[in-house]
Amino acid sequence: MNIEKILLEHCATPSRREFLKTSGMLVVGVSAAAVVGPFVTGAGAQGGARGLYPDPDYHQLDSWIVIHEDNTATFYVGKTDCGQGTGTAFRQMMSDELDIAYDKTTCIMGTTDITVDQGGSGGSDAIQTDGWPMRRVAAEGRRVLLEMGSQRLGVPVAGLAVSNAVITVKADPSKKVTYGELIGGKKFNVALTGANIDATTGVAKVKPVQELKMVGQSPQRYDIPPKVDGSLKWAVDVKLPGMVHARNVKPPVAGAKLVSIDESSVRNLPGFVKVVSKGNYVAVVFEREEQAIAGARQLKANWQKPADAPFPKSADLFTYMRGATPTSKPAPAIIGNPDAAFAGAAKVVEAEYEVPFQGHTAISPANATADPSNGQLTIYSNDMKSYGMRNGVAQFLGMPREQVRVIWMEGPQGYGRTAADDAGFEAAYIATELGRPVRMQWMRSEEQAWDTKGPAFVVKIRGALDGQGNLVGFDYNARSCDYNHLGYNEPDTVLIAQLMGKRRAMPAAGNSAFPNEMYAIPHRRTALEVVGLPLIWETPLRTGNLRDPNGPQSTFASESFIDEMAAAAKADPIEFRMRMLTASNTDDNGFRRARSIAVLKAAAEKYGWQPRPAPNARRTGDVLTGRGVSYAYRNQTIVAEIAEVEVNRKTGRVWVKRLVCAHDCGLVINPEGLRRTIEGGMLHSISRALYEEVAFDTEKVLSVDWASHPTLTHLDAPAQIDVVLVNGDPNPNRPDLPHYGAGETSCKPMIAAVANAIFDATGVRMRRVPFRKERVLAALNTANA
Amino acid sequence: MSSITLRVNGRAHTVDVEPATPLLYILRNDLGLQGPRFGCGLGQCGACTVIVNGAAVRSCITPTSTVKGEVTTLEGLSQNGRLHPLQQAWIDEQVPQCGFCQNGQIMTAKAMLDKNPHPTDEQIRQGMAGALCRCMTYYRIQAAIKRAAGRNV
Repeated sequence: MNIEKILLEHCATPSRREFLKTSGMLVVGVSAAAVVGPFVTGAGAQGGARGLYPDPDYHQLDSWIVIHEDNTATFYVGKTDCGQGTGTAFRQMMSDELDIAYDKTTCIMGTTDITVDQGGSGGSDAIQTDGWPMRRVAAEGRRVLLEMGSQRLGVPVAGLAVSNAVITVKADPSKKVTYGELIGGKKFNVALTGANIDATTGVAKVKPVQELKMVGQSPQRYDIPPKVDGSLKWAVDVKLPGMVHARNVKPPVAGAKLVSIDESSVRNLPGFVKVVSKGNYVAVVFEREEQAIAGARQLKANWQKPADAPFPKSADLFTYMRGATPTSKPAPAIIGNPDAAFAGAAKVVEAEYEVPFQGHTAISPANATADPSNGQLTIYSNDMKSYGMRNGVAQFLGMPREQVRVIWMEGPQGYGRTAADDAGFEAAYIATELGRPVRMQWMRSEEQAWDTKGPAFVVKIRGALDGQGNLVGFDYNARSCDYNHLGYNEPDTVLIAQLMGKRRAMPAAGNSAFPNEMYAIPHRRTALEVVGLPLIWETPLRTGNLRDPNGPQSTFASESFIDEMAAAAKADPIEFRMRMLTASNTDDNGFRRARSIAVLKAAAEKYGWQPRPAPNARRTGDVLTGRGVSYAYRNQTIVAEIAEVEVNRKTGRVWVKRLVCAHDCGLVINPEGLRRTIEGGMLHSISRALYEEVAFDTEKVLSVDWASHPTLTHLDAPAQIDVVLVNGDPNPNRPDLPHYGAGETSCKPMIAAVANAIFDATGVRMRRVPFRKERVLAALNTANA
Repeated sequence: MSSITLRVNGRAHTVDVEPATPLLYILRNDLGLQGPRFGCGLGQCGACTVIVNGAAVRSCITPTSTVKGEVTTLEGLSQNGRLHPLQQAWIDEQVPQCGFCQNGQIMTAKAMLDKNPHPTDEQIRQGMAGALCRCMTYYRIQAAIKRAAGRNV
């Protein structure tokens, strides 16, 4: 199947299909690379016999931008859109720099052999990091076109104006030429420079912020109409001739060894194709999907339980973590003299906070389809790091990477290192074993149990107040259960590799996390430790990046504790924080302190915050109301959030009724898109605050569906959400205002804001996530609140 | 295997399948529809929702042989090339993040509004409670439903 056909059938919606047809987009691709299209190198580009899959060269302008004869443009970027509308934002940024109308552009993303390798998604870097080369190459395109226009029109560039892809002579506007007339259907053949893809640049400079027109507007996301009318082809919708369906059969107990498989238990089932097995990896393959599901259930296999329990039961997890010998324990970071601060304190407060394992658990279990035609491999996947999957699968299978490509398509998002990685490798392996296209689909129980987890945390904090109620000492000790933390698409740590017996000599150390705030606390001790479970390989309790990795856990602890200190000082929680933000004048070059102050003020103002200490003195009736604030930054994005909750003291149910978020991510590309991304991030953390916890016994994960692993529902939606987009830069109109990431920061402070609001409402401090109603009710009863 | 005739989005289809096969797989794999999606296979999340005889049905746990009425999928909501008001409201409110669950959200809302065109906030919450979204777009979904129901939001 050639790329034009794939783009037409899989990557384009009906309206875009028409656009692509009329815009000449369909001449793009390997077979037509000599005519027009992304610049690619390798045998395939020159029409090699098997059409090897090239790496688009990011040092060629043609790899990024194609101008069509009808004066439209297609942008090729190496990112994937996890549903935050980054594709729309890329078009805004690039069309602005290129000086072409936004609606005359399209954007192709994340397919390894036709878009440059910008790494796919991750780290909320799409706008912050990858937006820059996109802007610069688009600016370079404009510069080159203006030079071409200058030659064509016989007027120096300085005498030309450009708007909407039409170059006109300033002195005689009747003289004009369009981009399409200048280069439509042809290549730029312009080389770019830059030591790496993030540094890619031409000669042209990007525009000052004040000259950007589409940036700052809110065009509707182009991907939404086909998502609501059913016309979008998702990765799960790929159907290929001869395709068969695979389902995994996971070990029933963590660490179990496969002794034998009784293939006769499924061989006579309708549609049987094969049982695939190597080491402890087992999958069944059937002609039809429902047959594969039945086959996986009916396959009889003998498994030998491990001699030792792979992990403690979840109820004992935190006790285990406290008692475990850390796998890493670097020397604590010390500022000032914490011991002296505590020795001389007027008041010392100590508290411990616990966050369990929480999963990504996307709304669809992991899936991928792999096609081994022609001795090569094409993987259709929604994995957010398609480039990493290509490289990882090639290594895993021992194939030259030129024979492997990943076509990125939309899919369910899990926000981080999800099992989509694992499913891609599994589909690829089975497809090469069978020599047939294979669709691998995990089941819900697998996703819930075996998906990678955000690590559990135990955080112990001590704080010292001086006689004036200032926080002068802060002793923070975070211990995460994160040893052997998985990276993305690693050929020696994806689940199938583990189950086949691959072992990495040095498991990843894992990470703990410190608070991200700008508080001027003179004496600090910060200790970060990691522990591991007894079983670190072939375990469902494997950890991987989950949206704002470790931020919600560490910030739950630190921002809860700051609130505890404010209460101990009988100070208003916002005033208490503001005092610590304004107690220093030092700032970094992103003005994180100045912007933190602006953001916290903006949140208080939007909420209508009246200063008073927590808890709320008025506590009558069955439903108590409280408010809680929390603040954090992630890189250079600053966020302050206020949650207003209702706590039903009869049932323990917590409802986050109102949310305010003040958010500063620098230059905003698409305000309405940003608002929704922020809302989603906040609610994601509210789901983690109120519901999410992976339960397990000493053999296996017990959270296997939405009943045993609940999530936020419509019943929990806040009645009101206010998002304030702040520009707290000391020079808010500066022409080089940077654009920072926004996909994760709003997740970070939310759990603490909810906990603080519960305290304000009830006087009871919730220090153990999640705040399910049974746990809240028990805490209320214990406190007699 | 047996021959089963289904009416889907106004057209009749005859398929030769095991009668107990859940409707979802027939719609997706035999009829080529993409609206209903596999989310849990347990009837818990709603991603597979279709409308049968006016009721929102979880196609992942509905044996095909038990389907007696007209099946409407997300693809069947638009009429004469015009989006259903709910679909338009979803665009106007820019509801989806990843969007994978939105089939279930829209189809559940459609069945709800068909029975109760002017639901209260609480009725919307209750009526939609079984349709899960892991991008947590609930706030915007509820706004879109109110918009489609003709309420000022």
